[in-house]
Amino acid sequence: MTHAATRRTELRYRIGLNLRAVVGRAYPRVIGANREPSWIFFEALLPLLGIAAYVFIYKAFGEAAIAAISGGQCGRNPCSSPQEQALYLQLAYQNTNALIASVVLGGTMVAFWLNVLWSMASQLYWEKEIGNLQLYMMAPMNRMALLGGMAVGGMFMTSVRAVATLVAGVIVFGVVFQVADPLMLLAVFFVTLTALYGMGMMFASLYLLWGREAWHMSALMEEPIFFASGFYFPVGGLFRIPGWGPIVAVAGTVIPAGLGLDAMRQLTLGRTAFGGQLWIFSAEVELIILLILAVVFLVLARYALAYLEMLAKREGKLTSRHQ
Amino acid sequence: MDYAVETRELTRVFAGKRKLLRRRKASLEDEDESLEPVTALDRVNVSIREGELFGLLGPNGAGKTTLIKILATLLLPTSGQAFVAGHDVAKDVFPIRQRINMVSGGETSGYGLLTARENIWMFSQFYGVPSKVAKARIDELMHTFGLWDKRNTKVRMLSHGMRQKMNMIRGFVTDPDILFLDEPTLGLDVNAARVIRDYVMNWVRGRKGKTVLLTTHYMMEADEMCDRIAIIDHGRILACDTPETLKRMIRHETTFRLEVDTLRETSAFGSIQGVKNFSQKEDIAKNRTNLTFILEDETPVAEILSKITSQGAKVHSLQKSEPTLEDVFISMVGRGLE
Repeated sequence: MTHAATRRTELRYRIGLNLRAVVGRAYPRVIGANREPSWIFFEALLPLLGIAAYVFIYKAFGEAAIAAISGGQCGRNPCSSPQEQALYLQLAYQNTNALIASVVLGGTMVAFWLNVLWSMASQLYWEKEIGNLQLYMMAPMNRMALLGGMAVGGMFMTSVRAVATLVAGVIVFGVVFQVADPLMLLAVFFVTLTALYGMGMMFASLYLLWGREAWHMSALMEEPIFFASGFYFPVGGLFRIPGWGPIVAVAGTVIPAGLGLDAMRQLTLGRTAFGGQLWIFSAEVELIILLILAVVFLVLARYALAYLEMLAKREGKLTSRHQ
Repeated sequence: MDYAVETRELTRVFAGKRKLLRRRKASLEDEDESLEPVTALDRVNVSIREGELFGLLGPNGAGKTTLIKILATLLLPTSGQAFVAGHDVAKDVFPIRQRINMVSGGETSGYGLLTARENIWMFSQFYGVPSKVAKARIDELMHTFGLWDKRNTKVRMLSHGMRQKMNMIRGFVTDPDILFLDEPTLGLDVNAARVIRDYVMNWVRGRKGKTVLLTTHYMMEADEMCDRIAIIDHGRILACDTPETLKRMIRHETTFRLEVDTLRETSAFGSIQGVKNFSQKEDIAKNRTNLTFILEDETPVAEILSKITSQGAKVHSLQKSEPTLEDVFISMVGRGLE
């Protein structure tokens, strides 16, 4: 066999090995996690309570506005004509629906962010504690295949939960989505997930170094990110708050969920929703930024994991003290 | 000669917490010994031939697991070199990882929601074993290890023994050339341990080019299974040879075993002239002490008996015996394993 042929065989072997590793690592999440039907209650229905809190608040605001318009008040001034009143009423209904739909969409995406935090970023640390990590690190597969398997499995598992929550949200709260460009929506969704899980892969490596502090880091990144990424409101609204608002909004865009949600809201509610005033960038620009973020996070994850594996092998951190 | 494993002056020092704490706090006054660096392996030279079942015998903290972790590419040496299948563990890990596997006693790896069969299959995928091949091997091994009935049981429902059998199957399913077994029968009942020992011995002896490095606490296990044994203590290899040769090394010495009433004081035995080493085991159920003495000759026996009776204890049995591997260990290390 020639040298080139040997290399080809070697390359084919490595591709096969790593694809199998991805499938193998994704398996527990795809099959195992859905094996016990209790997830439907805990992970699809319970999140509706969090969503419901915001929905009721927005509904109350919407009904107050509708009542005011019906009473002849169009904005700050009295309605000048029945046509103006009808227009204001229509906008109020649309905005209320858009706000509720934003919350349902954001609440659905919360599942992905929590999955990234607790089942990606913290995962290698937990794997170390139960004794899996040393077996993973001893295997010939590429380390990115391990993280890739975790990510693919996590995306699938969470997508099932997210769709269940979305469907339940649509049925319970009666929101209406208008999808004009489904291909663009799918592209934004998958690129957002890639960037988000790329970030999770990078954190997974870092958490291995931080050890037990990983738990606190994940807890710390829950609520602040819900806010800065606009999980329960259109994040562009932060730009209207003078002073700290724009700073928080810009910082939030580092987390791919913020931009992804913003683009998905534009594509499911119409770009003119909220008068077109509450979006950060256009969906196309946000898709490009998300693509860049995805590549950056994946590359950083690759190098962080290689560096930290070396560091952990030097300091003896791939295994727990008792193993 | 082809060596499956070879180490040259292999040393591993763990930094200790002091170094880590220093990064955060410059003025650390605590003189706690645990904060000091620990030398887990001290210039270890071992050569394991291809096809050999090699045992590593030593007490807790002797450095057995550290050595296995270095050979399994999970830990870097501080100095020296280690080669597995001819490749340097610090520089060339991929070809090593393709050919090795490791199973540890009391391992809790895997995912509780998966079945035993699924768990083993998952790990086989990390080695690129085609799914069909992996499943056929798993089924065969499950029959051999008596786990077939539990193939579809979730891992979290398996007993300790069943789980350890599952771990063993995980180790064999990738058909490694070199298998590291770190106390694989730890805490298992007699039958489960017997199944594992028999399989390992047949696997090494029945197939060409297979090598096992086994660490164990159990002298009988090492004696029965291993072609050669290295005795390790405080990170240093004290002796390395076949069990027979090791036993022959102390044949010129005399081994006495005594069963006496529980003794309050035993430290004085060490100072008796002619006592090379001794160990004691308490038998709480019988309220007795079992003593093993390695003597240069029989001269000190009278003084030993005198020291025992001076404490008011009764001697229930006194036996001169052929040296066992345990006696070799006591002779070299100065204490028993358990």
